[in-house]
Amino acid sequence: MTVRSARRAGWNVVGVVLFAIMAFPVFWMVSTSFKPDEEINSITPTWFSAHPTLQHFRDALARPYFWADVRNSIIVVLATVAIAIALAFLSAVALAKYRFTGRGLFIVLIIGVQMLPGAGLIIPLYVVLARYHQVNALSGVIATYLTFALPFCVWMLRGFIIGIPKDLEEAAMVDGSTRLGAFMKILLPLVAPGLVATSVFAFITSWNEYIFARTLLNDQSRQTITVWLSYFLGTGRQTDWGALMAASSLISIPVVVFFLLVQKRIAFGLTAGAVRG
Amino acid sequence: MAGATVPYLLLLPVVLVMGAILGYPIYNLVRLSTQRYGLFELLQHHGIPVGLHNYGSVLHDAVFWHTLLRTVVFTIVNVGLTMGIGTLIALLMVRVSAWVRILLAAGLVLVWSMPPVVAVQVWNWMTNSQNGVLNYILTELRLGDYFQHNWYETPFSQLGMVTTLVVWGALPFVAITVYAALSQVPRDLIEAAETDGATAWRVFKDVTVPVIRPALLILTSLSILWDFGIFTQAYLLIGPGHIVPENYLMGVYLFQEGYVRTDFGRGAAISILMLVIVALMSAVYVRRMLKLGDEA
Repeated sequence: MTVRSARRAGWNVVGVVLFAIMAFPVFWMVSTSFKPDEEINSITPTWFSAHPTLQHFRDALARPYFWADVRNSIIVVLATVAIAIALAFLSAVALAKYRFTGRGLFIVLIIGVQMLPGAGLIIPLYVVLARYHQVNALSGVIATYLTFALPFCVWMLRGFIIGIPKDLEEAAMVDGSTRLGAFMKILLPLVAPGLVATSVFAFITSWNEYIFARTLLNDQSRQTITVWLSYFLGTGRQTDWGALMAASSLISIPVVVFFLLVQKRIAFGLTAGAVRG
Repeated sequence: MAGATVPYLLLLPVVLVMGAILGYPIYNLVRLSTQRYGLFELLQHHGIPVGLHNYGSVLHDAVFWHTLLRTVVFTIVNVGLTMGIGTLIALLMVRVSAWVRILLAAGLVLVWSMPPVVAVQVWNWMTNSQNGVLNYILTELRLGDYFQHNWYETPFSQLGMVTTLVVWGALPFVAITVYAALSQVPRDLIEAAETDGATAWRVFKDVTVPVIRPALLILTSLSILWDFGIFTQAYLLIGPGHIVPENYLMGVYLFQEGYVRTDFGRGAAISILMLVIVALMSAVYVRRMLKLGDEA
């Protein structure tokens, strides 16, 4: 074995160990959710269960408000994504295809707003929404989610639209279409993958959101699923770790699936700097 | 010319909506911060003007200054660890065989896709003092006796656990971005430096770092802003019942003093102080993004 390949083998070992450490919490969550209670509550952990069970998933699904809160999350997320994408797309076209006075200021605001910490906004959002009876209502939560989803979608979509070759657009304009008309007809299909990727990122961020939902929704049947999960531990003496991990796994599934769908476009999410653990 | 109005019409929906859902609340935030605004005022939709009283009360509160200092230290530690470990992972990914690289990338994406609230619950389970698997593993590795060790004994250990959670969750973003930046480093330049007898450290410092510096700067500024404003992980991992002034971070402090105590006026003053600090810090980041935007 040459020095070079020996060194590579060494790095490979480090890489595999690192993978094991990083992925362990995820493995432990999934593995726990399939274990019978004796294995979960034992002092000596069981790495792979000899008697896997689906009981914890049944327990998790049967807990009060699980389905109601999943439904709430889906409503909030879909509404946020649909509104954000539709409105942001128009702005993104303006930023990518036109030069105009105030463009720089608009970009500064779009990026700057994304930097504001959610915690810093809960007080004014709560007070203003209370004034319009939007506290404890999903519509109020959707409004607060748009505060981060809109600027993020504008910035990310702009990146996709810029990537479209100019000659395609010019070819369409020669045919006599207006600039905007040309764009919509010929180029919309080309932006479709960008729209999908941006929607997915907006979906994940909204699905994961906690603090706005926590401050605005008090009624248990009106909460989102992240708030539901945060209350799982409760005040009881004995925690049902199996059901908690089963619920955690279920709530992660949509995010994992969507992440896998857009992983090739992750670089765009990076420049927009939005999705984060 | 009619065409000149087109971009403004396109921007109009976003401007109107953002004005209503963010601009108007922020305008209200400034007003709120000069009012007494509690539960009674919330029901009346009407505050009582108190001038700068809320600011005075916050700035004369030792808890505010201690929380600010604690948050700054927390941010420095978390950003340092995230950037350091993240960059090391990226450098490792360049050196391993393809199958290990795919394994690591898969692991990073998996970690990335864990919702923060889920991650908190997994941490709770892994580190519970009854039979946490972390206690078991560390004890088995002979790293000490962690049998029924309570990881959340002191504010320091609580924030230490929050740090492990936050860094773990932030690593994928940093590692994958730095790895992408590393692919821009010209291979032949590194080989030339190596044949000239440069040490690995010199090669890294003089060839690699200049290429990945823009990425590192953006990642560092973003991480600073995120960690400074952190709420979910700190609030939930320490646990709502165990939140005390000794383990406050800025986001939690604001939530407790403003929202939980329904003292919205004072909470507004804290919000503004926090947002001003963040705005100053993000000026650097926004300028950098603008440069990138112009190049694109």
